Amino acid sequence: MPEPTTLSYLIVAALLFVIGTVGVMVRRNPLVMFMCIELMLNAVNLSFVALARELTDIDGQTIVFFVLVVAAAEVVVGLGIIVAIMRNRSSLTADDMAELKG
Amino acid sequence: MELVVFVLASAMMLVGALGVVTRSNPVHAALSLVLTLFGVAVHFVALEAYFLAAVQIIVYAGAIVVLFLFVIMLLGVDKAENLGTEPLIAQRWLAGVAGLGLLGLLVVAVSRGADALITRAEGLDTAANGATGDANIQQLARSVFGDYVVAFELTSVLLVVAVVGTVLLARRRAGVEA
Repeated sequence: MPEPTTLSYLIVAALLFVIGTVGVMVRRNPLVMFMCIELMLNAVNLSFVALARELTDIDGQTIVFFVLVVAAAEVVVGLGIIVAIMRNRSSLTADDMAELKG
Repeated sequence: MELVVFVLASAMMLVGALGVVTRSNPVHAALSLVLTLFGVAVHFVALEAYFLAAVQIIVYAGAIVVLFLFVIMLLGVDKAENLGTEPLIAQRWLAGVAGLGLLGLLVVAVSRGADALITRAEGLDTAANGATGDANIQQLARSVFGDYVVAFELTSVLLVVAVVGTVLLARRRAGVEA
């Protein structure tokens, strides 16, 4: 039975990234849009780890470690913003955030 | 055997991702996200990144998804939203076309870029090289706390800034009756 190649990992990661991108474009709930951004981050992490093995280079795994930290910080700040905006509203769609619209 | 693991983990990952995009209830979307994260963790194990697989489960599935669920419950938006109507004309159609275009570009790029890969590093401790036990963790620790120690220290600054900023954002302003 053949083993999965690095190319197959990269193609699966590309599929995951595209699903996340389409989700950000289609969904209107800011929470779900955040989850789709997490999908995109995970796709990139998967390609990093696959290439780390292909290139026999630990740096690919190191950068995934840092991406995890940045993703955690990003989620904390993003959810804080969502809570601050939505405290006084009942609905939750991205269309409500138009305070800066000219 | 590895192919079976690859196919199963990829199926988990992609089904979960489609669930995140298509489920109308945010709670179901968050649980689909857990499925995707587990699939990615299985891929990490198959690629011999054992430490990252554990961190993926603990940090992503354990902490970040719980944070999502916590905010969903806090805001009380755990109801199904109406996905039947399209708020902008042809938005989904255009998003699908853009997604397919991006997929095509990515697949062409990764398949044609395979020749350009250059191995330049000192090597990765994998089972094929005779590494056993916690070799992956040791090698990753030497990289994080050795070559990239400045970046590691900077992430602590980033986390402090994120925590302080979130506390400021979420706090009710003094003097404002809310």
